[in-house]
Parts: sequence; C-alpha cells; structure tokens
Amino acid sequence: MSGVLAVLEQRDGKLHKMSLEALAAAQQFGAELGLPVFAAVLGFEVPALAGYRLDKVHVLEHELLRDYTPDGYSIALQELIGRHQPKIVIFPHTYQVRDFAPKLATAMGRALVSDVVGHRVDNGNLVLVRQLFQGKINADVRFEGDAPYFASIQAGAFRADKLEAGSAPVEKMTPQLSAGQIRTKPLELFRESARAVDLSAAEIIVSVGRGIREAENIPVVQKLADALGAELAASRPICDNGWLPMERQVGSSGQTVAPKLYVAVGISGAIQHLVGMKGAKTIVAINKDPEAPIFEVADYGIVGDLFQVVPAIIEALGK
Amino acid sequence: MKIVVAIKQVPARDSLLKVNSSGTWIEDADLAYEINEPDAYALEAGLQLKEKQGGEVVVLCAGPDRAGQTIREALAKGADRAIHIETDESVLDTLTLSRMMARALATEKPDLVLTGLQSDDLGYGQTGVVLAETMGLPHATLIMNVEADGAGIKVKRELEDGWFQHVLMPLPALLTIQSGATKLRYATLMGIKKAKSKEVKKLDAASLGATGAVSVRLERIYLPEKAKRSQIFDGPPKEAAAQLVEKLRFEARVI
Repeated sequence: MSGVLAVLEQRDGKLHKMSLEALAAAQQFGAELGLPVFAAVLGFEVPALAGYRLDKVHVLEHELLRDYTPDGYSIALQELIGRHQPKIVIFPHTYQVRDFAPKLATAMGRALVSDVVGHRVDNGNLVLVRQLFQGKINADVRFEGDAPYFASIQAGAFRADKLEAGSAPVEKMTPQLSAGQIRTKPLELFRESARAVDLSAAEIIVSVGRGIREAENIPVVQKLADALGAELAASRPICDNGWLPMERQVGSSGQTVAPKLYVAVGISGAIQHLVGMKGAKTIVAINKDPEAPIFEVADYGIVGDLFQVVPAIIEALGK
Repeated sequence: MKIVVAIKQVPARDSLLKVNSSGTWIEDADLAYEINEPDAYALEAGLQLKEKQGGEVVVLCAGPDRAGQTIREALAKGADRAIHIETDESVLDTLTLSRMMARALATEKPDLVLTGLQSDDLGYGQTGVVLAETMGLPHATLIMNVEADGAGIKVKRELEDGWFQHVLMPLPALLTIQSGATKLRYATLMGIKKAKSKEVKKLDAASLGATGAVSVRLERIYLPEKAKRSQIFDGPPKEAAAQLVEKLRFEARVI
C-alpha cells in the first residue's frame, strides 16, 4: 500500500487518548507526502474505527490478542506490515507502544524514532524532530535505507481536533498466531490504592520537584500552597522518595491536570512531567537553571534560588 | 543466577549544555559524566536480586574511554565484573548498538539482562527492548519488582494512570527497570578498594562487527525555540516576587 499506517491503542474498546493524535499525525504526513493513510487496531472483538477520513482501517482480531503481549502484537503487526508494505508506520508514544514497537521495528531490521514532537518535509523526505537531554535540546533525525520507517508520537505534539472527519472501509484480518509464540503471561491489571486527592479538580496547584533537595524542605512550598489556597503536587522523584504521597504526582505516570494556575517550583520540566500539566491556563516556573525546559511552557518565570524566591512570593501575596 | 546489567554513561544531570559549532552534538570538552540514572536503578535491582538469589552481576557498558570511570563505580557498588565495548555510542542508532551488545553477550548466556527504562541523553527509551529482540529473549518494561516463580520470574509492571500488572515470564529474559522503585546504594570504601582489582574485559567495536550502517541518522541538534513567550523575572528575589504577584493579579487575573 506504500502509505502511512497509524497503529492505534485501545483498551476495552476505547481508543487511548494519544491514539487520535497519532492518527492526526498520520493524516498530516499522508497529505504532505501524497500518501494514502491507513489505521490498524488490535485485539479481540475490536470495534471498528469510524468517522475519520482514512483509506482503510485494518482490524486485527485474534483470541491471543485479547490481552496485550509484546510477542502477540509484534507478530501480528509484522504480518500486516509485510502484507501491505507501508512506507511509514506511526504509533502514539504510550507505555504499551514503548513496550512493543522497538521489538517490532527490530524484528523488521529497522530502528524506531521514538517520542517525536514535530516534523517537516524536506525534498519529499520526512525529517522528524525529537528531544534530547530531557527536553533541553532538540534533534532533527532522518530515516536511512529502505522503508518501512517507524516513529512514535509524543503526547500533545499533534492535535486531535485537527483530525479530518470522513469514513473508511474496514478490513478484518486474523493474524497467524499460536499460543506457543507468546512467551509472557500477563495477569490482571490492578491499582495499589484509591486516589484520595483529585488534583484535576484543583483551581490552583503548587507543584514541587527535585530542586527542593530534601523532605525537610517540603514545608517551604506547603506554605506557598496555603497562601494561594492551592493543592500541593509534585514531580515523580519527590513521590518516589516518599516525600509526598504518590497520589499527588503530576505527569505521565501520575495525574493529568489543567488548573487555572500551576506554579512549578524546582521542577526542570522533563517531558513526562510536562504532558501532565501543560494544559494549565497560566504556568509559573521557579528554577535556578535558566535553560530548564519548564521555562518553555511557562507564562511567567523567576530564575533564582527557590529558598529565597518562595518566601518572597508569600510575603508579596500578603501585601 | 547470572545477571547482566547494561549501563550507559551520560553527561551529569545539571550540566549546562551547549551545542557544538557544527550542530552535530553537544560541546563535550568540559562536561562531567555520570551513570545514566535509570541504569543506576537497574544496577540496584540486579545487586538486590543477587543478594537474594545468589549468582553474579556483570556490568555491560558501551562508550568511549571515559566510560571506564562509570564502570568502576558500578563495580565499587558490588558488580562482580564488567564488559566495556569501546565505541563512540553517540553516533550509533539503537539497532546497531544493540547488535554489538548482543554479540558481546553471546558467550555469557545470562539468565537475566537488566537495564534502565531510558537514557537521560538520547532518551530513545528502547535499548532494552531492542536488545531483547536481538538476543531472542522475552522482555517486560517499566518493572517495579522481580520475584522468583518456579523456573521463571513474576514481575510487576507499571502501566499508565496508576495501574500495575503482574507478568509471568520464563528465563532467560530481559527487563527494563522503572526508576525510583528502590533506594540506590552508595559504594562503600571497601567496595571502592575491591573494584580496582575486578575484571573489566575490553571489546573493540570493530571486532563486534559494527558496520556503521544505520537506519536512523541524527542530522542536527539545536536549542528548542520557545513555544510560548515567557516573561522572565531575574532580578533580586523580592523584586521578582513582587513583579510576579502583580502579573498574576492584574494581567493573568488568576489569583
């Protein structure tokens, strides 16, 4: 088919939120490169994808795809890709994709360009933009050699509301899979504790990162949260260290928030954190490193020592 | 149990990074280097497993000469020996690098290969999975805990939005370890002393058949353009704080 194939992620018949962004990326690449656009969904009794302008939707159904395994997904997709020969294969950069897409690309003798945040077309060739050094530096990367080319798309890099509506014929396929090929046995999903704090409902959030240095310093930011009437949240390392409970973690492995005001204190802004908070209306960053990626998304920033800056803000708020 | 832990040396986390004049890589002359933090968690997981199950921890590292320092630090923390693939890994794609690592491990036949979930420099987040496929091993990613389960293992995998899953796997297998699941140990004085006499086998990249033919090329690196126009206050703390509060009250009107 020599087109752009978007491999989408679903659970219980619902598409992962990043899947629509990956589909938008595929439509955009297809339009700019003059290639047809296809989508694929895997599972068991997968509902067909309707409502988007696509040349075809491939539905890969098999009893052995009911529960996700990297072996099952990789084998099924190798068959689809081998049969239809897409030029470009796009994935959303989800945890599941991180688990199987590098395996699939390797099995087909290719390298995957993961975590893509942008693109351009240069002389008919796709140049992808991705981040290095936790977002401090960008890189342009290019595919070499023969297609297929594999890429996964970071959350928020393409807009799902730009998806072109329309319709697509559905083609069902039952991949050749046998139980002996699946080497791992996944058990039930579970959650460890009920979430007591719903950060997504907070209007103002003060969030703290590595810059706080030690647990004894948490009251410094708690005072700021109190002064603003805000919920206190944190980036992952703070919760990993047990300085704040896991339920207060913002980012890809924690909660996604979109408050009126988000104050990031001593947070450098790794992409895993940014995806959880960049929808905030107003973002304030306080960090000693002027090059910290958090300043990329901040509306207001203070470059300085948080142990001096935060008390000064509390004082200014009291005036 | 023979455990191989694949580690990488990367620029220290708080390094001020500058792009070199040709835009091909960062200025690396004055940089300090350290173990890639996610790999430090993989090493910790490996050392803890060895303490519980017995066996051996072998460190595998691809990198230039300077990576020797990071390897010694891993040995000082308790790894038994190391394999150092001497290469400039920054110019290789994940696939080429993993093929070299797989060849370096061909005679080792480990029961378990561990690595971090991603590197702090390139951040592709796939070396572990690619290495597993290259070696023909089953894998699982973002692992919080490993326990023995009959002839195989039972691992706890982290999924998105606070979900977890247990997965049963046969051995040999490869796991990428989630950062932060355990506390990292420090090297003891005794450990540092012992590390000096531990074996570091050096392998030449060329002898591992690195062809240099890559399927992805890093073309150019550069500082990102600011997506948003931020207003930065960099005066004395009191002044900056007053300016910020003024803006939040009367411009953004969010407090």
